[in-house]
Amino acid sequence: MAAPTMDRDTETTVPKTQKVTIGKALNLGLRAAMEADPKVLVMGEDVGKLGGVFRVTDGLQKDFGEQRVIDTPLAESGIIGTAIGLALRGYRPVCEIQFDGFIFPGFDQIVSQLAKLHYRSRGQLKIPVVVRVPFGGGIGAVEHHSESPESYFAHTAGLKVVACSNPVDAYWMIQQAIRCDDPVLFFEPKQRYHEKAELDTTVTPGPLFASRVLRKGSSVTVAAYGPTVKTCLDAAAAAAEEGLELEVIDLRALSPLDLGPVFESVRRTGRLVLVSEAPPEASITSEITTRVQEECFYSLEAPILRVTGFDTPYPASKLEDDFLPDLDRVLHAVERSLGW
Amino acid sequence: MSSPEYWTQPRAGEPDAPHPGVPAATAARPTAEQVIAGLRETDAGGADLVQLLTPEGERVHHPDFDIDISPEELRGLYRDMVLVRRADREANALQRQGQLGIWVPLLGQEAAQIGAGRAMRPTDMAFPSYREHGVAWCRGIDPAQILSIFRGTDHGGWNPLEKRFHLYTIVIGNQCLNATGYAMGQKFDGVVGDSEGEATMVFFGDGATSQGDVHEAMVWSAVYDAPVVFFCQNNQWAISEPLERQTRVPLYQRASGYGFKGIRVDGNDVLASLAVSRWALEECRSGNGPVLIEAFTYRMDAHTTSDDPTRYRLADELEMWKLKDPIERVKVYLVHQQWADAEFFEAVQAEADELAAQLRETCVNMPDPAPAQMFEHVYSEQTAQLDKQRADYLSYLDGFATTAGGER
Repeated sequence: MAAPTMDRDTETTVPKTQKVTIGKALNLGLRAAMEADPKVLVMGEDVGKLGGVFRVTDGLQKDFGEQRVIDTPLAESGIIGTAIGLALRGYRPVCEIQFDGFIFPGFDQIVSQLAKLHYRSRGQLKIPVVVRVPFGGGIGAVEHHSESPESYFAHTAGLKVVACSNPVDAYWMIQQAIRCDDPVLFFEPKQRYHEKAELDTTVTPGPLFASRVLRKGSSVTVAAYGPTVKTCLDAAAAAAEEGLELEVIDLRALSPLDLGPVFESVRRTGRLVLVSEAPPEASITSEITTRVQEECFYSLEAPILRVTGFDTPYPASKLEDDFLPDLDRVLHAVERSLGW
Repeated sequence: MSSPEYWTQPRAGEPDAPHPGVPAATAARPTAEQVIAGLRETDAGGADLVQLLTPEGERVHHPDFDIDISPEELRGLYRDMVLVRRADREANALQRQGQLGIWVPLLGQEAAQIGAGRAMRPTDMAFPSYREHGVAWCRGIDPAQILSIFRGTDHGGWNPLEKRFHLYTIVIGNQCLNATGYAMGQKFDGVVGDSEGEATMVFFGDGATSQGDVHEAMVWSAVYDAPVVFFCQNNQWAISEPLERQTRVPLYQRASGYGFKGIRVDGNDVLASLAVSRWALEECRSGNGPVLIEAFTYRMDAHTTSDDPTRYRLADELEMWKLKDPIERVKVYLVHQQWADAEFFEAVQAEADELAAQLRETCVNMPDPAPAQMFEHVYSEQTAQLDKQRADYLSYLDGFATTAGGER
């Protein structure tokens, strides 16, 4: 996959590039953040010796010690709740939730305390906790291992929510999230952990809470985040062979949403297809749909269409190919939009 | 109960008497009556209940937890308790008069809170639940700031890190994990290990002990040797649910299951609460924590002004606990020792009335916050979305001001 172009620092010397996976990029990003700030801690189940079940924290405990890479007891409320206390003490904890479906035991601490302490203290307390969540399906797992819970958190005031989709973003966004003074829910597309791209660690990254146009086009705007970004880029490549130019936008920030590039694009194309693995009801995609029609009502040539999972629990893995948006479903929606 | 034999001894002839070879501790079950009797046993307390001042105001001595108390110090503790009780009663009245949306009464728990609060040093950190008005008092929080929470003008206006007193936590038990994390940070910072060290004290009730967060906090604090004192005010009731709905063992005994020390103190005895809290904080400071304290006390009023305790508890119970009043016993002792005279008691009462009058005046004159305040401090940096919502709403309100031709 083509990594998004970054704004290059013109003064840059020899670029330090390497081809890395998303998983490795996150690992390098965590390492860089820990080296830059001794207050950064990594904590979670199996993050130490094992290096995490996806090996994202591989080798960190060996290099930073058990006090900075903390293997925790098996309790998600405990992970988040103690991270809040550590943040009150001046630390910047990065919590790993092993799988999306396991975040719910920690949900109370996230929405009741993590999200609200800055507000309740009228800005006197800063709680810079990052919660990393491998999310989404496509890995043939048993239940509770393939969910898309991001909308719950985007719905909660006080939390910032982002999702990375490629190695370059993964490397920079995790560092930016750790530097952010607000709590950040950081969603990682687990079925894409092994996607590779060239990473140049010397460029200057763009802002964290910003969406980005990955592919220019004039026929239909397609917006996605996390694992479905690649699906959309693949669909755009396939559509191009038939003479259709899809504009593909990686949303990246889910709360606050950065819809400026989406509005701008829709005003040109008149058409929008939103792609997400999450069930559609009361979701990120329904929020975007509302806001685009508020802002771009007179530009729309067709209803905003969505390609998503369904309003079912995540199905047994032999059915996940039917549940997850794929290239054909995206192209089908594009066709419907154009045929309006 | 000094010898909880019924936890461990099989009783022959009972239907569920243990099978030969089955460990008695897992097989023997106390009857419901035995459980309740064990949970509620307080008189003389056996060796397990630490008490230094009896309900009759007699000073008793404990082999491990005795303390020297100067007349001045004891007068100070008395004053603290009278003042927080007076503030509490005034707040209760303010709620009844419609000045507060709700109030969470402290009545009856003054000794537990003042004992614990005065045991803390300025560098120690406290994490309260929502009834800790006495601890807040000890940490120098203006009682009016507590009222602002219940009047609905603020969520608590003090700086928790300056006052070393976290914000009130309404969700039951959440603060136990936050406190444990904070205490882990104290340990990571290297400020634990000798008597100059720091410690954290977290406050919660008997109902909270049923919450997963409290369990997790105890697991965490044990695993990481976090310097945290778990101060459970067992006031016997979680709204309408009695203690026996939360546990079948005395709460302090749970500590042994986590591998740290647990102790039960007479929570209506300010001297014992002070002594045990000092000891527990010292354990944590020097790296021997965590510690669980069960302060055995009683909520003399409702859970909040919204409930009606006459629906769920007996008047007899209340009458029994009145005899254990935490303030009266200190008064009796002060008089017997000739450490205080009528003039002192009158002066404290006058000070309490003055505090109450000030509190009332501050409360009724508290301005409502401006609508714009609602949008502030959601994030460290205001988002464009909130900027727009604020601007739109203020402009909407301005429209009313224009048409009405008056002030908003």
